[in-house]
Amino acid sequence: MSKRIDVKDLNVYYGNFRAVEGVSINIEARSVTAFIGPSGCGKSTFLRTLNRMHEVIPGAHVEGHVLLDGDDLYGPGVDPVAVRTHVGMVFQRPNPFPTMSIRDNVLAGVKLNGKKLSRSDTDGVVESSLRGANLWNEVKDRLDKPGSGLSGGQQQRLCIARAIAVKPDVILMDEPCSALDPISTLAVEDLINELKEQYTVVIVTHNMQQAARVSDKTAFFNIAGTGKPGKLIEYADTTAIFNNPKEKATEDYVSGRFG
Amino acid sequence: MTAIATPRRRTSLTRNRLPRIAPWASLVVGLVVGAAVSTLVGFNVFGWGVFAAIAFTIVYVAWSAAVEGGRKARDKFATCLVIGSFIIVVLPLFSVIWTVLEGGIKGLLTPGFLGTSMNGVSGIQDNQSVNTGSRVVGGIYHALIGTLLITLWSTIISVPVGLLTSIYLVEYSRGGRLGQAITLFVDVMTGIPSIVAGLFAAALFATIFGPGTQTGFVAAVALTVLMIPVVVRSSEEMLRIVPNELREAAYALGVRKWRTILKVVVPTAISGIASGVTLAIARVIGETAPILLTAGFATKINLNVFSNWMASLPTYIYFQILNPTSPSNPDPSLQRAWGAALVLIIFVMILNLIARLVARIFAPKTGR
Ligand SMILES: Nc1ncnc2c1ncn2[C@@H]1O[C@H](COP(=O)(O)OP(=O)(O)OP(=O)(O)O)[C@@H](O)[C@H]1O
Ligand SMILES: [Mg+2]
Repeated sequence: MSKRIDVKDLNVYYGNFRAVEGVSINIEARSVTAFIGPSGCGKSTFLRTLNRMHEVIPGAHVEGHVLLDGDDLYGPGVDPVAVRTHVGMVFQRPNPFPTMSIRDNVLAGVKLNGKKLSRSDTDGVVESSLRGANLWNEVKDRLDKPGSGLSGGQQQRLCIARAIAVKPDVILMDEPCSALDPISTLAVEDLINELKEQYTVVIVTHNMQQAARVSDKTAFFNIAGTGKPGKLIEYADTTAIFNNPKEKATEDYVSGRFG
Repeated sequence: MTAIATPRRRTSLTRNRLPRIAPWASLVVGLVVGAAVSTLVGFNVFGWGVFAAIAFTIVYVAWSAAVEGGRKARDKFATCLVIGSFIIVVLPLFSVIWTVLEGGIKGLLTPGFLGTSMNGVSGIQDNQSVNTGSRVVGGIYHALIGTLLITLWSTIISVPVGLLTSIYLVEYSRGGRLGQAITLFVDVMTGIPSIVAGLFAAALFATIFGPGTQTGFVAAVALTVLMIPVVVRSSEEMLRIVPNELREAAYALGVRKWRTILKVVVPTAISGIASGVTLAIARVIGETAPILLTAGFATKINLNVFSNWMASLPTYIYFQILNPTSPSNPDPSLQRAWGAALVLIIFVMILNLIARLVARIFAPKTGR
């Protein structure tokens, strides 16, 4: 299943500091959306509000609405934990659980929630998730070895496998390739293209070529200066953003004439 | 592989070096000079050691300064200081271990020492063994049992309390008022003299169950007061170094906070927590004063911590030295006391080894 996301007038705060201001954006289901923009402009911050990971940080809070297929994530009585089972996340640095084997890492979302699955079911989930993350062939002989023994790129794909094992509707990725070599990056990008058939994917990246390669639509965020909040400057089809952007700032940024 | 053979010659990259035997030569000079100086002020081994160390440092550093230059000389001086401090620290330790080993090995090796209590042992037996040279009767079985039971109970109480407190501090309090207050009180508790902890437990049970309630369990409660802050502190530190990314990874999978803590945070930190607990046990296992106040003293075996007085190794040692079983012939009592002291030290050492083992066993596994 895959769901669309509609954000209305979102302000994001760390304590009193407003990090992101007035973002409204509509993200289609079964699409890849890329967030680009200079460092510190609030891409990660905004991304984390889409599955309520933001509020894990003390003092952080949000104003506005995020609708997942029409349901407000920030409505009264919404359980953030339930939100996160629908909206999964992959982080910048690979973070497999060090105490668990590769298999248990993939099953973490299921097992940690105390659900019991039969052996054949778990084997099925492990295999399909690892295949989905293009990692199966590399690890199928050592599923019981610790996940931290994998290379950085493999660890990142393990984290993706872990995220898709809980069958979310949306997958958020915060610079998933920044710690990876070109070949692993390619593997992850191919993977994103496949994921798009089943999931809504939102990806933050500093790599314009990557944004151009994988995404259907691109959102450019910018910041007026240090201490100022980040804003969504332009949001359009990726080809439009890279070929004929409407805003001067976008053009400067994508053509590398920034700053 | 091609080996690049470079003949030894001076270039802008080489520096003068002290010959390989330099430390040993300086050591010999140091020992001789040290002996000479200490003879001047009246020879003893301790003085010899001190003067030799000083002489060695001067000779070695000066030699290095002359040949190798200032930077290397300062390096050597720092090395001497570090090694010197190390020796100062470990000497008393070895001295203690040696003394206890010397005094206690005879008692420990006496047949029945570990397996019998002091029940029925009186001055008559002790006098007899001194006069006839037969083996010393009586042992530490009851005290051993007492120490084990009392520490076991205090561990059973303080580990859950301490661990849960540290989980609250790290995972829930978020630097709030209550968290700060708890941290403060834990710090204060760390400094509580053990006798006060004993008084507290004795008074607590006296108010609840009437005056004179002295059992092993009261002693366990007293030790708990001493153990909890150590457990809180060590587990808090361990929980804090669990990377936040792991918590976030679990949250992002839709895992509830308490399950994240139970299944991700604590397992990641468990090796440190377990070794902290073991060290906390080692810290209280030798406490004497609070046990004297709370468990009294027994010569019989008592397996029930909830009734009657109970012996323990430290109080056993204390009474054997202070009130020898036979006042006219204290030697058998001394032998038993040293034996008990040796057992206690062995206990603590084993606990420390267990702590290391536990840390190794629980440590997150890496590798393929
Ligand atoms: N935990 C935090 N507490 C307070 N302020 C924060 C926190 N995390 C980020 N910020 C601030 O919020 C603003 C946006 O940060 P954010 O991490 O979202 O930027 P970003 O666009 O992801 O940058 P990058 O491309 O470097 O990852 C920055 O000014 C940053 O200093
Ligand atoms: Mg970021």
